[in-house]
Amino acid sequence: MRLLKNSHLFVLSLVGLLLVGCIYFGYTSAWFRYAGSRSGVADGLSYKQPSILNGRKDVITVTPWLAPVVWEGTFHTTLIDAIYKMQNITVATTVFALGKYVQFLKDFLESAEKHYMQGYRVHYYIFTDQPEAVPTVTLGASRSLTTLKISSSNRWQEITLRRMERLEKLIETQLSNEVDYIFSLDVDTKFYGHWGVETLGDIVAVIHPGYYSTPRDDFPYERRSESQAYIPYGKGDFYYGGAVIGGRVEKVHKLAKTCRMQLDVDKANSIEAAWQEESHLNKYFLYNKPTKILSPEYLWQDTKYITPDIKIIRFSQVIKNYAKVRPNP
Amino acid sequence: MTSCYYVNQWERETYICANISLWDEKRTCLCCLWHLRRGGRVRDPGQHVKISASLFTALLLSIMLPEESWCLTRSQFHHYTFIHQNIDKANYSKRLLNNFSFCVFLGLPNSRKDVVTVTPWLAPVVWEGTFDTNILDAIYKPQNITVATTVFAVGKYVQFLKDYLESAEQYFMLGYRVHYYIFTDQPEAVPTVTLGADRRITILKIPGSDRWQEITLRRMEMIMNLIETQLVNKADYIFCLDVDTKFYGHWGAETLSHLVAAIHYLFYTASRDQFTYERRPESQAYIPYGEGDYYYGGAMIGGLVREVYKVTKTCHLWLNMDKANSIEALWQEESHLNKYFLYNKPTKLLSPEYLWCDPFQSNDVKIIRYSHVWKDVSKVRPN
Repeated sequence: MRLLKNSHLFVLSLVGLLLVGCIYFGYTSAWFRYAGSRSGVADGLSYKQPSILNGRKDVITVTPWLAPVVWEGTFHTTLIDAIYKMQNITVATTVFALGKYVQFLKDFLESAEKHYMQGYRVHYYIFTDQPEAVPTVTLGASRSLTTLKISSSNRWQEITLRRMERLEKLIETQLSNEVDYIFSLDVDTKFYGHWGVETLGDIVAVIHPGYYSTPRDDFPYERRSESQAYIPYGKGDFYYGGAVIGGRVEKVHKLAKTCRMQLDVDKANSIEAAWQEESHLNKYFLYNKPTKILSPEYLWQDTKYITPDIKIIRFSQVIKNYAKVRPNP
Repeated sequence: MTSCYYVNQWERETYICANISLWDEKRTCLCCLWHLRRGGRVRDPGQHVKISASLFTALLLSIMLPEESWCLTRSQFHHYTFIHQNIDKANYSKRLLNNFSFCVFLGLPNSRKDVVTVTPWLAPVVWEGTFDTNILDAIYKPQNITVATTVFAVGKYVQFLKDYLESAEQYFMLGYRVHYYIFTDQPEAVPTVTLGADRRITILKIPGSDRWQEITLRRMEMIMNLIETQLVNKADYIFCLDVDTKFYGHWGAETLSHLVAAIHYLFYTASRDQFTYERRPESQAYIPYGEGDYYYGGAMIGGLVREVYKVTKTCHLWLNMDKANSIEALWQEESHLNKYFLYNKPTKLLSPEYLWCDPFQSNDVKIIRYSHVWKDVSKVRPN
């Protein structure tokens, strides 16, 4: 019919215009002209020009000591990959799965295999009291897993307190020469989104999702001056979560060693900090500022309501019934 | 004012909500209602909540009226505080419709909302308002660092030395050990300037030239030699600066990092194809269209001595290759520098506050710290 014929004509002319447009832009546009190969970081990389005026401005992207705060929209994955892939790095990852916490390993490992440090050499170190309970998870290329048997405890606080000591020993005995970066993560968690080399730095901390808009006097720092983890009111930058500690192996070793020593002093004085090693970690980070900070996208809690500034949840603590998983209340 | 208490389904958190004035004591506030819909119970057994049509209508009505409402929630374990005040009508209803809650996070607001303060490879961009000098000094002063500074004052450029040095003594790296290295063909023309404690000058005699391009091209080689022979164990950081400049504001430890470049004041809003990169493929400094992050100014190179050594060594090599091929890059070593920084990303960028030029003005630049001074080029350049 006439209408059909007209529509055919219309579609044809549209296609024709598109072709002409393509040819025109092929000759004039820089985007098309840019197709050759060059050496170095920009080799074959096509990315939008970084802008000084347009970008993520709703959230803090740099701390007062000029450490970047990593949010979605502040970094280009391909650009950062291009920098790190050249360095042939190995990333160690430790988790502690004791008692009933072994049940979280499967989700943790499977989700890590999907989202965590894809394309890089990763070595998981699983500290557990039940090596046989570690699930068999298919690991990608260049990724391996080591199970380390340790003793458990009747108190969950005890388990979490000894993590620093174990981390310190692991680095001393096994990791110094083989590994560039290390992350110490909680096991009752899951990866939901991309976690890549944008998280690498000399010493990396994550902002606790519960406190990122809280005034510093409401942070649950240890407030008793008898403890080594004591932080007085009026001090503090952020409240960092103990579920994620990262950085270069030698720097994390120093952190673990210092926290372990402070924990030992507290133990000798029969005082246990409000949030165990998380309190000591916060004390450490107050006086040894992290060189990179991860936004709460990198440590969320499944129970939390998602606020507009969080564009993506990458890593989150899963819902659990404390009574069912902890050896003691 | 009514309030209600709510405990979520995992028995972990208690929310105390202060409510909009429309509700009487028997009702539950919006905040609790929202949480109740997600599971949970109201703590005070005397309060019943039922989402009835009348309740819902009343809810809607309450949205329409502009109200000052706030919501304070606090958990037994983590002391969250959601505070939202002075919601205007549009925001209020939008938030409610989106989230069924009028509790809003204050979030972590950015200190500078008008400019981007981090590059896509997560290097900080230093602007006024993004850093705290006290914190940075507390980090760097204990490290007992030495900062070397190079300037080239050849021919008539010696006239700029006085202002340069005097202003540096007022603003540059105060409180740190600073060692100025002045490359000049007229050592006697170097002015005597009173230096602060722990600061000194070394004068290095070099030959002049009748071409200013030649002078600027040889800088890389000379800095490289200086580092090799003198700085390796004596200085931690180095800044290579232009002499026809002056300090107008604080320049401190916020500029220290492994490899530091400054964004050129003329190009920070330009598109990459407008950058005056070297565009001839025959030159080693060639950067094709469609590539490039920023246009960096050649008047400022900074960083750890070993990193700046790599910069100068590579650029010197490239400059020699160009010379052998009888080609001179568009902006001499600035072009080579830009090529280097494209493939070896700086770990910190300084905003145009740190490299300005006298007559220009901009709204983003709240403070000029370091700027080229106006000069009559015909009077100072040999050619």
